[in-house]
Amino acid sequence: MNPILEKQVLSDVTKLMVVEAPAVAKKAQAGQFVIVRIHDHSERIPLTIADYDRAAGTITLIFQEVGKSTAEMGTLEVGDHFATVVGPLGQPTEIENFGTVVCIGGGVGIAPIFPITRALKEAGNTVISIIGARTRDYLFWEDRMRAFSDELIVCTDDGSYGRKALVTEPLKELLESRPDAIKRVWAIGPTVMMKFVSLTTQPYGVPTIVSLNTIMVDGTGMCGGCRVELTTGPQFVCVDGPEFDGHKVNWDNLLARVQFYRDQEKMAVEHWQHECRLDRMVAQAEAMPVSQVEGSNA
Amino acid sequence: MAKKEIIPRKTPMPEQPPAERIHNFNEVPFGYTPEQAIAEARRCLECKRALCMEGCPVGINIPGFLKLIAEGDFQGAINLIHEANALPAITGRVCPQEEQCEGVCTLCKKFESVAIGRLERFVADWEAAQGPLPVPALPPPTGKKVAVVGSGPAGITVAADLAKMGHAVTVFEALHEPGGVLVYGIPEFRLPKEIVRREVDYVRRLGVKVVTDFVVGRTATIEELLQEFDAVFLGTGAGLPWFLNIPGENLNGVYSANEYLTRVNLMKAYRFPEYDTPVALGRQVITIGGGNVAMDAARTALRMGAEKSIIVYRRSRDEMPARLEEIHHAEEEGVQFHLLTTPIAFHGDETGRVKELECLRNELGEPDASGRRRPVAIPGSNFRIPCDIAVVAIGQSPNPLIPRTTPELNVGRGGAVVVDEQTMKTSVKGVFAGGDVATGGATVILAMGQAKIAARAIDEYLRTGVW
Repeated sequence: MNPILEKQVLSDVTKLMVVEAPAVAKKAQAGQFVIVRIHDHSERIPLTIADYDRAAGTITLIFQEVGKSTAEMGTLEVGDHFATVVGPLGQPTEIENFGTVVCIGGGVGIAPIFPITRALKEAGNTVISIIGARTRDYLFWEDRMRAFSDELIVCTDDGSYGRKALVTEPLKELLESRPDAIKRVWAIGPTVMMKFVSLTTQPYGVPTIVSLNTIMVDGTGMCGGCRVELTTGPQFVCVDGPEFDGHKVNWDNLLARVQFYRDQEKMAVEHWQHECRLDRMVAQAEAMPVSQVEGSNA
Repeated sequence: MAKKEIIPRKTPMPEQPPAERIHNFNEVPFGYTPEQAIAEARRCLECKRALCMEGCPVGINIPGFLKLIAEGDFQGAINLIHEANALPAITGRVCPQEEQCEGVCTLCKKFESVAIGRLERFVADWEAAQGPLPVPALPPPTGKKVAVVGSGPAGITVAADLAKMGHAVTVFEALHEPGGVLVYGIPEFRLPKEIVRREVDYVRRLGVKVVTDFVVGRTATIEELLQEFDAVFLGTGAGLPWFLNIPGENLNGVYSANEYLTRVNLMKAYRFPEYDTPVALGRQVITIGGGNVAMDAARTALRMGAEKSIIVYRRSRDEMPARLEEIHHAEEEGVQFHLLTTPIAFHGDETGRVKELECLRNELGEPDASGRRRPVAIPGSNFRIPCDIAVVAIGQSPNPLIPRTTPELNVGRGGAVVVDEQTMKTSVKGVFAGGDVATGGATVILAMGQAKIAARAIDEYLRTGVW
């Protein structure tokens, strides 16, 4: 059982939680992830580690409410517990002094790009960061990203904050304006964003690292549900990744795979909302004076 | 002694009728009644040389416990089994008896063997019905600490044995529920999870600490465990699924058996959406492979509502490695078998979902290294079987996570950790291994047998310090 020590609402659908997990915090490195379960009926949910505090024995998780499990997770409050927090899983990011690098975080991907950005900066790189989201409300951690970036470009799809652009637009300009200067690019965000970042850098031959968020169950190499097709053969995201060379990923296959359970996800949300409504009705009924309840039946 | 009357056939075990059981996950056989058990045990010829005992990988005193059952002394029978086997309720259900004790039973030269497995199961279940197993008096603590990595059959066995020797044992399990393959792999209808929980509970009552959600190799390395513990036992099993490496294997709807079964068994996808983890539902499910895992997957598919469940296997029925009973149960339930058939490609629809498996027909050629006749593909015999789910159940090998993070650990062919078979010692001082991680993938009973050897060797190492 891992208690939640702090909760921040970063946007309507983006929540931050600081969770007690000393064994994970002790070993966590940039680029790694954990698997959490909310309770005994819960899925095993992979989440990238956004930050960790070894001394305090805590890790920071940031997630976007996209389905039943993440929506339910969003209802947890300080003092509630996760049934499981296991990790750190996956390979850490390869950090060294490359020279000038670009770190791109899209939407909730800003969370996992942060510890990588910080580690790259601390390793002596010149770091140019790009963070983007659909709209202003979905942006967060601009200040933290700025603190570890030599240059920070902020953009939104709708222009409600920063520059009105997709993250690939400033990236392309950087690649054009500073030929040969940029040694490596990291991109974390929606699969489709990572695909287009990889397509953008490919003609320039700049190595591009993406962190894949696939469907997985155990996270230890046992199920193979997270397998991704690279030009060099199949790999497991949970043990071989989650970071891969974006130029080698079969993106269309990956985009199909991450959508596989879409219908069941809808069903799970409906079932959960129905249960929540029932719970609320029961709670309301229980709160009512008995006479009134009986009266309503009459 | 008067010559014993021969009863040619096994006492049938009552079970759920096939048409009923394919709609539920309850265990298929109900087990013997005491009367049936006594009648069956009396079939034993009490041979002078007990071949059955020689056929048992852990040397259970089989004639002894059969005789006690025949006399109605069930407590005596289970006590005798416990001397050699810590998990009889489990092995009675999952052992390939026809290749072991029952396969060499004198009766089966002409008739059916004594149903040793069913009787082992009967007394184990009888004992469980009497209430929780009493914990034996434990010796004074030795002050030595042992880490057991993995809570499957090997881990549970070694932990129990070491605790009974007075050592302080901590079991580390990567998943959220202990039991290893017994909970993630073997379905409820073949091995009720209640039995596994009971065994784990017993180990806990012996004073063993069970830590779940702890991935050795990640959360802590073997080197780090050795700083805290005097010895380490690796019982991490064979969790790495094999794939066919044929075109289209990454299409949606193509599962490893590990994933398909883990979703249904451990994550309880059969109760979705009450449980959050989904599994794809298919009208026509193909399972590729001929082992127990393949039978489990094909039968699970029926219970998940498949109209048609098909096994595709490249050799013939005689070469199938699955237990006879599992093949028989699968056939009874209507699983169809495409034998002598080799898959060569998956084909998908425009959304990336699998829709067909392309295969070649085989004929049997010369025997291969395993002594089984090699399947040889007939050129041009290509044909396609429609499917909306395909489960690849062609085997698995040890998970490389610990070897990758323990460079000094010697690993042999197929990723199996190299051990000295007399002691189960690995190449790293203080580290022992047993079960599928050492064999590359075998049976529950072999894992337990190795765990017992390891427990004795660990005890000796802890007492003498001699490696």
